[in-house]
Amino acid sequence: MLDYRILPAGDAAVVVDFGDRIERALNNRVLALAQAVAEDHLEGVVETVPTFRSLMICYEPATLGYAKLVDRVQKLIVEASDVAYPSRLWRLPVCYDLSLAPDLVEVAERTGLSPAEVVARHSAITHHVYMLGFLPGQPYLGDLPEELVVPRRATPRGKVAAGSVGVAMAMTCVFPRETPCGLNIIGRTPVALWDPRRPNGSLVEPGDKVIFDPISLEAFEAAAKHPARCDPSLVSA
Amino acid sequence: MSASLHLLSPGPGATVQDLGRPGHQRFGIPVGGALDAFALRAANSLVGNAPDVGGLEILYRGPTFVVDAASARVAFVGARARIRVTRQGTTQEAPTGRSIRLLAGDVVQVGALAGSSLLYAAIEGGFDVDPVMGSASTYVRGGFGGWQGRLLQPGDRLPLARERVDARDEAMIDDLDLAPPTCLRAIDGPQVDHFADDGIATFYGGEYQVGQGADRMGVRLSGAPLRHVHGHDIISDGIRPGSIQIPGDGQPIVLRCEHQTTGGYPKIATVISADLPALGRLGVGDKIRFKRVTLVEAEAARRAYASIIETLPTRLKPVLRSDADIAERLCAANLISGVIHARYDAN
Repeated sequence: MLDYRILPAGDAAVVVDFGDRIERALNNRVLALAQAVAEDHLEGVVETVPTFRSLMICYEPATLGYAKLVDRVQKLIVEASDVAYPSRLWRLPVCYDLSLAPDLVEVAERTGLSPAEVVARHSAITHHVYMLGFLPGQPYLGDLPEELVVPRRATPRGKVAAGSVGVAMAMTCVFPRETPCGLNIIGRTPVALWDPRRPNGSLVEPGDKVIFDPISLEAFEAAAKHPARCDPSLVSA
Repeated sequence: MSASLHLLSPGPGATVQDLGRPGHQRFGIPVGGALDAFALRAANSLVGNAPDVGGLEILYRGPTFVVDAASARVAFVGARARIRVTRQGTTQEAPTGRSIRLLAGDVVQVGALAGSSLLYAAIEGGFDVDPVMGSASTYVRGGFGGWQGRLLQPGDRLPLARERVDARDEAMIDDLDLAPPTCLRAIDGPQVDHFADDGIATFYGGEYQVGQGADRMGVRLSGAPLRHVHGHDIISDGIRPGSIQIPGDGQPIVLRCEHQTTGGYPKIATVISADLPALGRLGVGDKIRFKRVTLVEAEAARRAYASIIETLPTRLKPVLRSDADIAERLCAANLISGVIHARYDAN
């Protein structure tokens, strides 16, 4: 019995589905397969889209038949268990000042922690970039420790500022643009996660790691005034 | 001063679009591009452009613009619309589906669209906009691409790549079917197993109506509601143009070219790629059915569509210059009324 399914998503894409849950081991298989497909250079593959639990492979059917693609992907899944996907570690400055964190007090109340303890725990761990989506350059990061898990806001906010850092369930998102949002906003980064002048626009990629570095409101305001000088530090490639 | 189209009024929802920017969906960037890539291709071929040159995508009501270039060639393809060209105080009507050579100072007024809500204007040489990730397409929600990453606004001067175009026989194409579809072909989607057989039968047997808020991301349909057998939330999964999601209320959402890259509703079916240009033509209030086809049938339809695209340039017919060049017709009109402008001699 195979532990994955290959499903047609129209006549120009397949979805390789590893399960319907958010889990690091499962996401690692998604990202390893994405890397294996990229290294395989099979003619007719246009791009891949990794998500928490599946990899979509878009292809040009005039060049590559469905049967040939599926056959190749089945082999790659077996080989991909040994493939390491690229992963960079970023330190992303985040200001958790209450003036930029409209939901920090409520998150603290729900978790029974103080706001300072929420910040300490959120910035103590290394977050894994499961996938990007919703907005260009927007990462979904996990996993939060059990004691920080809170539901989404009952009423989504009409808009949150660009750079807002939101949490819900075991996930953290950083919003590259102003957007409506149902997550609990606990801080803001002055770093642009999205800039169309970059080759892919996005700062982080699926599979990267992120540590949030708490900064003061003064440091945030100084950085926000000079965005060009506000590079996040890449710790390791 | 560089050449431009000076938009006195762009119409609602007008943007620059080409064939999109594939290859960046893993970063959350939709492919986007023209809602009806076929109509854009046809318009581009009429003005002698490559198929992937960016044109003006017009929704619901046409623009009014002034030509701020020595000359320019434009072709409108898509919905029916009354197009009026005013030169030196004289106004003539111009048809869609053919190329028109315009001169400096010409005022082009495109009226309300009829027959569909989508019209393209291709301009010879295209617009002089900076490509983002290889594409001139505007992605308004992301704030980049096209002209300043936004809908066109009154007063915009949309730069043209060419300062002037040569006089030549104009081209026309008259047998395009660009009406909104009444039926779209679809194959079963990745989460078809979230629906019982009777739900699937309801979907393929029913007629749906396009609701308010149809846009470049997608269209909401209303009709017989579809019940899920495994709940209506799934962990986020990749999306395609043509993916048909069924959210909690059981009413389908059909994603179009500017869909978000991932989504969390079960997808009952996917519109086949050959029918995506037709999907782009669906407007508010249109009625639509879905026909279930196999992957093999979808692939055959795509090959047929590819050959239609390939042979588009061979379907162009010349329009004799003496008969139809609007510049000369207007010039003749001016001669009759005794108004001659020196500029015509230079062109």
